[in-house]
Amino acid sequence: MSAQAINNHDHHHDHEAEATSKVVFGFWIYIMSDCILFACIFATYAVLHGNVYGGPSGKELFDLPYVMIETFLLLTSSFTYGLAMLAVHKNNKSQVLFWLFITFLLGLSFIGMEINEFHHLIVEGNGPSRSAFLSSFFALVGTHGLHVTCGLIWMVLLMIQVSKHGITGITTRKLSCLSLFWHFLDIVWIFVFTVVYLMGVM
Amino acid sequence: MINFLGRLSWDAIPIHEPPAVIAGVGMIGGFLFLVAVITYLGKWGYLWKEWFTSVDHKRIGVMYIIIAIVMLLRGFADALLMRAQQAVAVGDNMGYLPPHHYDQIFTAHGVIMIFFVAMPLIIGLMNIVVPLQIGARDVAFPFLNSFSFWLFMVGVVLVMLSLIVGEFAQTGWLAYPPLSETQYSPGVGVDYYIWSLQISGIGTLVSGINFFVTIIKMRCPGMTLMKMPVFTWTALCSNILIIISFPILTVCLALLSLDRYLDFHFFTNDFGGNPMMYINLIWGWGHPEVYILVLPVFGIYSEITSTFSRKRLFGYNTMVYATACITILSFVVWLHHFFTMGAGANVNAFFGITTMIIAIPTGVKIFNWLFTMYRGRIRFTAPMYWTIGFMVTFSIGGMTGVLLSVPGADFLLHNSLFLIAHFHNVIIGGVVFGVMAGITYWCPKAFGFKMIEKYGIYSFWCWLIGFYVAFMPLYVLGFMGATRRLSHYDASTGWHSLFVIAFIGALIIFAGIGFQVLQILLSVIKHKQNQDYTGDPWDGRTLEWATSSPPPFYNFAFVPTVSSVEPLWDDKEGKAKIFPENRQYEDIHMPRNTGIGALIGGFSFLLGFGFIWYIWWLVAVSGLAIFACVVARSFDYDTEYYVPASEVEAIEEKLRLRREQA
Repeated sequence: MSAQAINNHDHHHDHEAEATSKVVFGFWIYIMSDCILFACIFATYAVLHGNVYGGPSGKELFDLPYVMIETFLLLTSSFTYGLAMLAVHKNNKSQVLFWLFITFLLGLSFIGMEINEFHHLIVEGNGPSRSAFLSSFFALVGTHGLHVTCGLIWMVLLMIQVSKHGITGITTRKLSCLSLFWHFLDIVWIFVFTVVYLMGVM
Repeated sequence: MINFLGRLSWDAIPIHEPPAVIAGVGMIGGFLFLVAVITYLGKWGYLWKEWFTSVDHKRIGVMYIIIAIVMLLRGFADALLMRAQQAVAVGDNMGYLPPHHYDQIFTAHGVIMIFFVAMPLIIGLMNIVVPLQIGARDVAFPFLNSFSFWLFMVGVVLVMLSLIVGEFAQTGWLAYPPLSETQYSPGVGVDYYIWSLQISGIGTLVSGINFFVTIIKMRCPGMTLMKMPVFTWTALCSNILIIISFPILTVCLALLSLDRYLDFHFFTNDFGGNPMMYINLIWGWGHPEVYILVLPVFGIYSEITSTFSRKRLFGYNTMVYATACITILSFVVWLHHFFTMGAGANVNAFFGITTMIIAIPTGVKIFNWLFTMYRGRIRFTAPMYWTIGFMVTFSIGGMTGVLLSVPGADFLLHNSLFLIAHFHNVIIGGVVFGVMAGITYWCPKAFGFKMIEKYGIYSFWCWLIGFYVAFMPLYVLGFMGATRRLSHYDASTGWHSLFVIAFIGALIIFAGIGFQVLQILLSVIKHKQNQDYTGDPWDGRTLEWATSSPPPFYNFAFVPTVSSVEPLWDDKEGKAKIFPENRQYEDIHMPRNTGIGALIGGFSFLLGFGFIWYIWWLVAVSGLAIFACVVARSFDYDTEYYVPASEVEAIEEKLRLRREQA
């Protein structure tokens, strides 16, 4: 290898590290802005949750054990994503793919349960048009669900990329961003669970 | 067939309304003319390869500014129409604009001037200047920069399209519910409003993150935070405001969309909705937005005052702290936009006091600029004219703002022309003057030639005098009880003569804009006479003047090193060296151009159009197409390349020869 080539190789390495630091930092900032997005929807829910307009309130609608199962699915998926990241650091491609797949299944079950819950509410005439309370409920829980769905699609794309390219600097960077995203959604869900469901049935 | 095009039909083309037809024909004519000229010159390939697909921050910045100037003409045409209407629509004369048209015009004027003139001017200047000032080769995420620009373009195109297909909102520039709900605004106007702002707003948010990361992560060696140029500091604070406030706008518009599209009840009168919730949210974004616009402009004035007074900026530290204070305070004043909501005396007092407090850091800045000029050797160039005009005008506007911050006074002046006069006083006197100064100041950096000074100064005088003639009467009218957005008033009010004076003022500003257009055209045509090959035409003090004009696409052949706030000045004084001598050229790592940003923009336009007209298949198809673009980009691992050292050397050698010949 000539001196020039070695030099270039170092450059490549520097650039990749630099790019990773920029991307991960930028993604953190994105998450902070997403946090504000959720904060606004939480605020809206806080203002409107009492405006049931003669319709049912959260106390009459929410099925706490059902939501507990949802919560466990999502929390577990965060844990399994953590295992996937550990496998990334051990450079074990098949383990990464395995844990990502498990995470995906857990996330998908969560979304399935949420859609089922929404479906029941709407069929029973308690859709978002029923009252301002239900509008804000569907918007808040739905926005979280939409984020999880995007996360799931992203996960599929990354599984394809990992199986194609293996665990490289770039795929690690992407997996780290999704990891941030996924854990962030978990934290948001804890707030949703507390503010909407627990305080709702209180 | 009916379902195939949603609610779009031939009725959407307003052929029975003469004003709309004239505007529409003018716009289509202008567009076709432009297309014809580009085709005749055979420049489509060049435009696509060098500009539309470019990820170079300087080119993207230039595109933002060109579009903003075009939109300024549109927004100003709206202003003239309104002033003309109010100058004649008194007593028996109902004016020449029917109310529904007049209402669209004042809505479009506000939306266009803030979102599609002021914002792109600020973001355009940040694009051109910030990476150069911090010694970086591009922004942190060049592709996202192009993506942001194209989303902004979608907003522009949708607003312009509403002129000829359908209508625009008739709700005022913030589309307050319940008026903006389906019940009272069933047409497509509010939907045009929602989608143009939602799509371009996402672009702005991404820009905010991009510049924040750029400034935090990509400063050249030695540039600590307290050694950043003031413009970069203000840009940083402005981007922090974007990151925090634009998600609020996103939510606010999304909730309004849910109300309109899916029959939710956030802001409706019935079913427990709460319209005040919208007004809180929109101003939670709207007030910081004011500072997003004005902070970078304060930075521009700082650079200009210091350069043209040949002095270090007075009180750099206080300038930075004042900027930071304003950044924080801007989030605790939003309620002063609706003191009349009835939140109670204590809440109003809190927001009144915080509003007054904001005047303090702003006042600090005014004194800093004054003391910078004091005993300086001032060169009276066009940017300096704008700056001095700003200091007087903005101070007056600031003081009328303090008047409005007193809740008791606000109850009387709320929604009156006094308010209109106040915010035009700060936006024209602050943002517009500043951006004009900034464009004149950095034009030689972006293009390699200076603008013709004479016309800039003519334009300045027209703007300054025109501003006072147009808006001082509005203060008086406000005191006399004239509310905003009137399309007609009674002769007994005694307002007529003042409205006529205001119209004359608008005509004087029009002359100012005319001189600007003339200035731009003549400067481009005669650019050889004003060419600057030195890269430093103003005897500048910061890094952007340390490279050639226009800079090569990689900005700096060598990464600069700085040790003070004014590295170039220190270099000239022999105190420190920016570039080490006798260094070997190295390969430079650069991002590849890509058309994906433009493609996503195109599909986002179709997506918005589909939503506006209920063309659901188009929504689905363009949504999938956007997704495909994102996936394609995600799977592309070859997005960067190396410029070989030999090529850098050849470019630098050519630039050096040109410099020496000059």
